[in-house]
Amino acid sequence: MGGVLSERSGVLNIGLEGMMLTGALAGAMGSYFLGGPWMGALAALAVGAALGLVLAYLTVTLGANQIVTGVGINLFALGFTTFVERVAIRPAGIEAVPSFAQLAAPELRAIPLLGPLLANLTPLVLVAIVIAPILAVFLYRTPWGLALRATGEVPRAADTAGISVFLVRYMAVAAGGALAGVGGAFLSLGQLNLFSENMTAGRGFIALAAVILGKWNPVGALAAAFLFGAAEALQLFVQSYGLGVPYQIPTMLPYVLALAVLAGFVSRAIPPAAEGIPYQQEER
Amino acid sequence: MTIRTAALRLLPVWAVLFALLLGMFFVLLAGVNPIEAYRDLLRGALADVFGFATTLVKTTPLLFAGLGVAVALRAGLINIGAEGQIYLGGLAAALVGLYVRGLPPLLHVPLAMLAAFVGGGAWALLPALLRLRRGVSEIITTLLMNYIGLYFVGALVSGPLKEPGAPYPFSPPLAPSAYLPTIIATTDAHAGILIALVLAVVTYIVLEHTPAGFQVRMVGANPSAAAYAGVNVGQTVIIAMVVSGGLAGLGGASEVMGLKHRLFDAFSPGYGYDAIVVAFLGAGQPLGVVATAFFFGALRSGANIMQRSQGVPVAVIFAIQGLAVLFLAASLAVRHRIFRWGGRSRQPVAASPAQAAGVSDPE
Amino acid sequence: MIGREGPVRPGPSPIGQAMDVLRMEEITKRFGPVVANDRITLAVRAGTVHALLGENGAGKTSLMNILYGLYQPDDGRIWVRDQPVRIRSPRDAIRLGIGMIHQQFTLVPQLTVVENVVLGLRPRRPPFLDLAAAEDEITGISKTYGLDVNPRFRVMGLSVGMQQRVEILKALYRGADLLILDEPTSVLTPAETEALFEVINSLVADGKSVIFISHKLEEVLRISQAITVLRRGRIVATVPTTDTTPSDLARMMVGRDVVFRVLKTPAHAAGPALEVTDLRAASDQSYPAVKGVTFRLFRGEILGIAGVDGNGQAELAEAIAGLRPVSAGQVRLNGLEVTSWPPKARITAGLGFIPADRYRFGLVPDFTVAENLVMKTFAAPPYTRRGFLDRRTIAEHAESLVDQFDIRVHSVQQQARELSGGNQQKVILAREVSLTPTVIIAMQPTRGLDVGASEYILRELIAQRDRGAAVLYISTELEEVITISDRVAVMFAGELMGIIRPGDISHAELGLMMAGALRLKPAAGPA
Repeated sequence: MGGVLSERSGVLNIGLEGMMLTGALAGAMGSYFLGGPWMGALAALAVGAALGLVLAYLTVTLGANQIVTGVGINLFALGFTTFVERVAIRPAGIEAVPSFAQLAAPELRAIPLLGPLLANLTPLVLVAIVIAPILAVFLYRTPWGLALRATGEVPRAADTAGISVFLVRYMAVAAGGALAGVGGAFLSLGQLNLFSENMTAGRGFIALAAVILGKWNPVGALAAAFLFGAAEALQLFVQSYGLGVPYQIPTMLPYVLALAVLAGFVSRAIPPAAEGIPYQQEER
Repeated sequence: MTIRTAALRLLPVWAVLFALLLGMFFVLLAGVNPIEAYRDLLRGALADVFGFATTLVKTTPLLFAGLGVAVALRAGLINIGAEGQIYLGGLAAALVGLYVRGLPPLLHVPLAMLAAFVGGGAWALLPALLRLRRGVSEIITTLLMNYIGLYFVGALVSGPLKEPGAPYPFSPPLAPSAYLPTIIATTDAHAGILIALVLAVVTYIVLEHTPAGFQVRMVGANPSAAAYAGVNVGQTVIIAMVVSGGLAGLGGASEVMGLKHRLFDAFSPGYGYDAIVVAFLGAGQPLGVVATAFFFGALRSGANIMQRSQGVPVAVIFAIQGLAVLFLAASLAVRHRIFRWGGRSRQPVAASPAQAAGVSDPE
Repeated sequence: MIGREGPVRPGPSPIGQAMDVLRMEEITKRFGPVVANDRITLAVRAGTVHALLGENGAGKTSLMNILYGLYQPDDGRIWVRDQPVRIRSPRDAIRLGIGMIHQQFTLVPQLTVVENVVLGLRPRRPPFLDLAAAEDEITGISKTYGLDVNPRFRVMGLSVGMQQRVEILKALYRGADLLILDEPTSVLTPAETEALFEVINSLVADGKSVIFISHKLEEVLRISQAITVLRRGRIVATVPTTDTTPSDLARMMVGRDVVFRVLKTPAHAAGPALEVTDLRAASDQSYPAVKGVTFRLFRGEILGIAGVDGNGQAELAEAIAGLRPVSAGQVRLNGLEVTSWPPKARITAGLGFIPADRYRFGLVPDFTVAENLVMKTFAAPPYTRRGFLDRRTIAEHAESLVDQFDIRVHSVQQQARELSGGNQQKVILAREVSLTPTVIIAMQPTRGLDVGASEYILRELIAQRDRGAAVLYISTELEEVITISDRVAVMFAGELMGIIRPGDISHAELGLMMAGALRLKPAAGPA
């Protein structure tokens, strides 16, 4: 969803991976030092947004290449988070951080079929599910969403309509980063209770594929992400049951799936027209 | 040239220096004297025989892959898949090294490298076709192929190719006739760097001085005009991508044949991604790629020494590199804007490398 | 981010007719070394149509961009309704009641009309868009001024004329009472132009003011009450329309007496060099653009194809050149059937193409002039020897062409993007012509060029004709086509409405053909 926002405004955010990773770190540290997982999530949000602002500054204001800067952010995030982990967390001997508890309410468990499933979830998952339709409404039913879509398709039109293309893109990318950060926090606070080196392991890139699969629609992206998650779960399943298949095969599956879908179904998915192109204002 | 223009031209250098400066700050946070740390970094990379050898070793795959990405870039393509292509290239070379026996080194080495070129090239073929036939952006497809490649090779090395009784996944050693000779005695430095340098020169000559290179550049700079001029754009795109993948594949081969002499699981610490940066910052020019690859290689090599002698985690170098990339990209963009002000600036439709390094125009 | 409150009900100006709704004094604007506007002073009376006349590059659009807040003047003052103002952005301009309809529409094709109109405005019922109310408003305005726009349609599917009306609607919705129209008729058929004039008249009747930017004398004389002529960034004069004549205006625009007819000797004909039979081709958006075109083009003649932009001319040219697939029909070049041949083969068979969009098909802007000049021929000797490019021969070839065609460059190793439009076009012309093609397709070759460069191109094409080449001259500039061609075909909606000799029918009939209202049997060939 973070990717959808950013790309709909015209900025391709390859740095999602880095923003997630940093978010994961910030989440863990925030939770530990600031008191609890929600504070951690907030910290992750802030940090993700900050990185988003950096990307925005570089690509929107300075007009630097969006891919190179994205890769730069990823590189930096990897180095920085590992560094902090080695230098700050490990020496302090932190073994686990306060994380999100599962929603183990008995009423929840009582729901037939889905009960146990729902009860195992952590709050962030619900947040994600709720945000998607909200974002969709935002994008299609409000003037700001309209403005966002316009800057992603024909920025000049938006500009002459009095919309600040720069501002829109900044906010979209920052929001995108924030969302990615929270996504990272989910890893450290929802799944693992700790930050470990490079824990995002490419999920940020999968997110990019999810954006495309979801046809740049927030709810679509959610569905696509769900699909990828399912594939990953399948991989773990195969691994733990030792079906004699090297674990890498199921790990490959989500990516093959994404590729297949891109090649087969999504060939008509049209990205926002102005994606990747920096906007220059005073033109002859 | 005025002082201002000179200073502006050097902007990228300032950017890198600035990143290094910030890096000092990180080193300080790690509780180490930055001056000493950097001194070790430099010494480790260049002054010392072993360090220099390590620098060469680390530069080699970057150079191969960087050349690959650069070739794609000149054709107007963005090949994020160098990492996967490295793996497939390494796999192919390993297969030749393991299963082809009885050849003298003079034949065995080129054969393995050829196989690597084909392997890497084949891995790039699918994204190229998808782009041509379905209009799917090669950025995403090559990215996905990276993971598929990594896991595919991993699966093989954990299974059929695994050295019996090995504690973690790696293959049996290659036949010695498939090794790349060492060029600095008692170090790891191997002939891969020489091959890479030669290829860099060849790439330069082909791009600038042959009709094929002219064609590739034309397609990269303005595919519509190229189509009109009678160039088969689709064919050119495919060839460029395959060559790009092949070059990256050679990077994988050089690691397997020159350094490790075995195929290891996940043997590339992100060389393919670094290669993207190397190619962009070298503006797609082979000689620029050489310089940037060497710079990165030196950083990585020095980082090891720095970690060992000073206890600064290697990760700092990643962070510094990341910063360097960001500042460099920013500086190129700024410089591009400033130099553009006077002349007529009409944006062409396709991406051109000079633009891609700073400002951009993809698709 | 979002602008002012919703729509303002448009209504007659409360101020009397005699005042100046706009006054610009000593406006100066530089772009680097180029002075786009040099101390321009003009005043627009309320409730009138004031025309800005000038050639391409005279500074009209720059001036209006300043008025609309897209550029900031380096010097000068602006008064709107006698209040001194600073217009720092389009938002300021809109707030002052100024609306601009650009040559290139600023619509988002993927959105609907109402979404486009409402873009950037604060909603009536925050935080949601109130599209229904906006639709009603739009339909209301539409009726008042005869705009006839359906708010629910997606802009992508609208005709160009319709899109222009959406632009006008946008401005009116925001309460504009001074409308700037930048070359509005360059994309319209004569019928659509009439309709536009009616709209303008009804706007003016309602007390609104219009600034009409154009380079077309006839129209300007018809629709305006006052005319300001610009040339090379400076004001030449401002005259009341009733006090002037076309030749006066032309002289002011160009600075010398313009010869409206380029002299040419009568055509010499031989066998058909190009034969197109029932050709059909689709546009980029996959709808039929060329719907069965048939004609023959002979050596030693110039066949002009007139028509408003967007009626399939570009697609036709591309189909003949081999850049666009043909869905039916035949193309024969010098007797050879080339319908399915790739461009390269057609080039070898003697085809030359000067494309409309020089940046897209004509040049590689990042390449040097020398490289551009061998764009088609680089792969063979003498430019390639033993597998390598012979850079010296390429440079020599470039030097000789630069000389021959008087192309202004610092050096042939300059990047093509650095040249002026006219010189770039000369490069393309030089390259095509130097291959001595038997058939030359020239599409809009003088677009964006000043009079001097245009004349050069036209004379060169005539020289080619005299040499025995067959020239297909496609242009939206009717005057040009009539002047240079031996026969003229009119293209409308993908078909040829007729092929005539220039003297044979009247302008009015030509206009009807361009609007699709008249169809004639083609003239067989030059006498």
